[in-house]
Amino acid sequence: MESPVTTASNSVQKLTSKDFASDQDVRWCPGCGDYSILKQVQTVLPELGVAKENIVFVAGIGCSSRFPYYMETYGVHSIHGRATAVASGLKASRPELSVWVTAGDGDLLSIGGNHFIHILRRNFDINLLLFNNEIYGLTKGQYSPTSPEGKITKSTPVGSIDHPFNPLALAMGAEGTFIARSMDRDPKHMQGILKRAYEHKGTSFVEIYQNCNVFNDGAFEVFTEKSSKKGETLFIEHGKPLLFGENSEKGIRLDGFKPVIVNLADGFSASDLWIHDEKDRVKASMLVRFFDNPSHAGHFPRPFGIFYTEDRYCYEDAMDRQIAENIAKKGEGDLNKILRGAETWVIK
Amino acid sequence: MSKTNEVLEEVTIRFAGDSGDGMQLTGTQFTHTAALLGNDLSTFPDFPAEIRAPQGTLAGVSGFQLHFGSIEIFTPGDQCDVLVVMNAAALKANLKLLKPGGTIIANADGFDPKNLRLAGIPDGHNPLENGSLERYKVHVMDVTKMTRTCLKDSGLGTKEIDRAKNMFVLGFLYWLYNREMDGSLKFLRDKFGKKQDILDANINVLKAGYNYGETTEAFDKRYEVRAAKMPPGTYRNIMGNQAAALGLIAASKTTGLTLFYGTYPITPASDILHELSKYKNFGVKTFQAEDEIAAVCSAIGASFGGSLGVTASSGPGIALKTEAIGLALMLELPLVVIDVQRGGPSTGLPTKTEQADLLQALYGRNGEAPVCVVAAATPADCFDMAYEACRISLEHMIPVIFLSDGYIANGAEPWMFPQAADLKKINVKFIKEKNAGEKYLPYKRDEKLSRPWAIPGTKGLEHRIGGIEKQHETGNISYDPENHEFMVKLREAKVEKIADHIPLQQIDSGNDKGKLLVLGWGSTYGAIRMAVGKARAKGLDVSHAHLHYIKPFPKNIGELLSRFDQVLIPEINNGQLVKVIRDKFMIPAIGFSKVQGLPFSATEIENRINEVLKK
Repeated sequence: MESPVTTASNSVQKLTSKDFASDQDVRWCPGCGDYSILKQVQTVLPELGVAKENIVFVAGIGCSSRFPYYMETYGVHSIHGRATAVASGLKASRPELSVWVTAGDGDLLSIGGNHFIHILRRNFDINLLLFNNEIYGLTKGQYSPTSPEGKITKSTPVGSIDHPFNPLALAMGAEGTFIARSMDRDPKHMQGILKRAYEHKGTSFVEIYQNCNVFNDGAFEVFTEKSSKKGETLFIEHGKPLLFGENSEKGIRLDGFKPVIVNLADGFSASDLWIHDEKDRVKASMLVRFFDNPSHAGHFPRPFGIFYTEDRYCYEDAMDRQIAENIAKKGEGDLNKILRGAETWVIK
Repeated sequence: MSKTNEVLEEVTIRFAGDSGDGMQLTGTQFTHTAALLGNDLSTFPDFPAEIRAPQGTLAGVSGFQLHFGSIEIFTPGDQCDVLVVMNAAALKANLKLLKPGGTIIANADGFDPKNLRLAGIPDGHNPLENGSLERYKVHVMDVTKMTRTCLKDSGLGTKEIDRAKNMFVLGFLYWLYNREMDGSLKFLRDKFGKKQDILDANINVLKAGYNYGETTEAFDKRYEVRAAKMPPGTYRNIMGNQAAALGLIAASKTTGLTLFYGTYPITPASDILHELSKYKNFGVKTFQAEDEIAAVCSAIGASFGGSLGVTASSGPGIALKTEAIGLALMLELPLVVIDVQRGGPSTGLPTKTEQADLLQALYGRNGEAPVCVVAAATPADCFDMAYEACRISLEHMIPVIFLSDGYIANGAEPWMFPQAADLKKINVKFIKEKNAGEKYLPYKRDEKLSRPWAIPGTKGLEHRIGGIEKQHETGNISYDPENHEFMVKLREAKVEKIADHIPLQQIDSGNDKGKLLVLGWGSTYGAIRMAVGKARAKGLDVSHAHLHYIKPFPKNIGELLSRFDQVLIPEINNGQLVKVIRDKFMIPAIGFSKVQGLPFSATEIENRINEVLKK
């Protein structure tokens, strides 16, 4: 059957963010960080030049997984943890579509952990947005696989004894080819990252720190609030030195394989610092490890931006290539021939 | 010495040996040759779950039974006429399956002290020597020794030489049953073409086995089994899993939809994956997922995209797919789920057959979650029912579970294959325009109660679907109590509506009314058919009907059942269809179960028929 896909060039008039809002009322709690993510996605999509009908949002279960209902695109609200698996099958069968997955930390890293690591190694060209609020919101406040140790929640009244995942380190370990972090409170940054995620050919994994103001309010405020943001965050950009602090007065320097925080006032210049290279796997592996608890003395600032990118073939392309090669070699499949098989006999 | 020829109507041979002895290959090759000669046939591979269980032990015995004849053959045979045993353990494990007076062909080397010990036979009790087999015709051949002698100059090591000894047995049997070796010679050339020394060794040993028959004086008789009188046509040999794979490809080809097969390896379903992965030039996309859940979910994703989404597994994997099957029925997308059943529960008996997933298929989901369930009766029928599963799933936008089992999946039979042009048409269309004025209603239904299939890329039909209860027609999230009840009943009615689009139930053999109906489903077909045939030949008033459609049932099934005084339902489980029949039709159907990981023998069913009719 013929695919009805239209190419972006001949079908897209200039769309606006409003064109991407569905007729459904958005039902997240007032003040939820999800609103910002929805807004940034709807802002970025018109700039990408993809026709609405060629975009699919796929989600599992959780607050953030309601996302597809609010997008005037194609969408599937599937089952808990399995959005990446549904999206894999969709992308494998329709490589020309722009496929986006929205998932929470419980959905993607707990019940869906297995599918998460496997989609990364297969490198389907899918944009995978992790809404990390370090809590189970839809089930009303249990700790999640990203909640910090000691976290007091409904299911951990005397503190969580679970050691949390470091999602970006996990993604590096799972052979991810695009690994980034952003936050709900920095719209411009998020928009930039989303665009790069779309442009990357392969599974683009973006962790977004997202505040759950009902069950885990302020989980990321040290990174998002004006008073502490500059001292606690490290915005990384390809080719630029790692600088942070109120007036960018601090930097990260590599002492052999050991990162150290230095003060520029102590005689260091930008050229002494670690220059970010998003293609450098070794350095990216170190950078994702900047994951200290901000309350610990001597901790590193938390990086935001694109940690790592790599060009690697996508599963769906390889799959289509094998099919094309096979057809070139054997010719288009002949049903009668295979029904007949290699050997037959006639009964008269 | 001249040897006489005896013509036989039917023969059952059982090949048994260590799982490393190549008995499956020997059996398959003999089967293939029998098929090409025009014999009707049925096979039953019976192997252990371990790839290589400890050599020489009972646990490691692998068997392959072949029933072939010049008459109609429906089962692999209750008992065998000839038992080929490569070692003592194989004899011990299989002797009970040999008919009294049957023939044993034994490999002498497999009865040395070590093999006897491994088989748990005490010293001094070698069955080949202690007279315990005097009820049988025993032929001892030193297969290992003769194979080694034959290949002593081949330059191969002992291990490689010994691997060829199954060819000696095969060659000998070809001689014994007057068969040509051409098919197997071709097979060997295809298999070992690039390894000349191994190819030569196998061919030499195969011929040596044949020549041994010619020269040995131990056998004064050869046998002939002539071609069967089957309906005229062109035939091929086919195994169930192979047939299922072809059924899927046929549905893909006739509809023009891409076949997307998301699966995870599991016995005994994996061969469908192996088969499908060969057909990339048909555009088939096989996806070996990270687990069973990802497998079914990927198929759902593909189906949302407009492909023919198929997943397959066996019982344990189907259990894992359960939630996602529920999702597919809420999304009302086509999805074909193949369950090649095996012994359960849990890991159960991975390589043995069972029909114990029927209730799982019918009811094994959370909530009110009706899906369509169909079942194949024979290896070749796997083609028809896989194709039907695709047809129903696509035309009715609904998940269809197709039940096969280890017995027919690995069993083989001759198949008068169809021509592509003769396949039933499958009506699929993607909706391109809005269906309600200015709006697109994704859950607006047609006369089949089926919803439209609008696939991504279709301008103006952007929509969202999900597993949450949805409002009638709009598909919007709805928690309204009345709507939920309405939707539950609608989804049930939608499945039942399929009954308008499937054939009425036929009587397979016997009268259309009478004292006893034997009602079967799935792989019990052959055994029931034979048993009913025999009972009828003795004058008993018994008929046979075989269900291919279980949810929904054919519309006339209640009326058909009411025409018989009694209904007997044999099943390879603890009584599952019988529960459904009793529940739905309120009749005192009699269950007859066997749960040994083995198929019914025709005799078992015939005996049960006698008992029921005597009362």
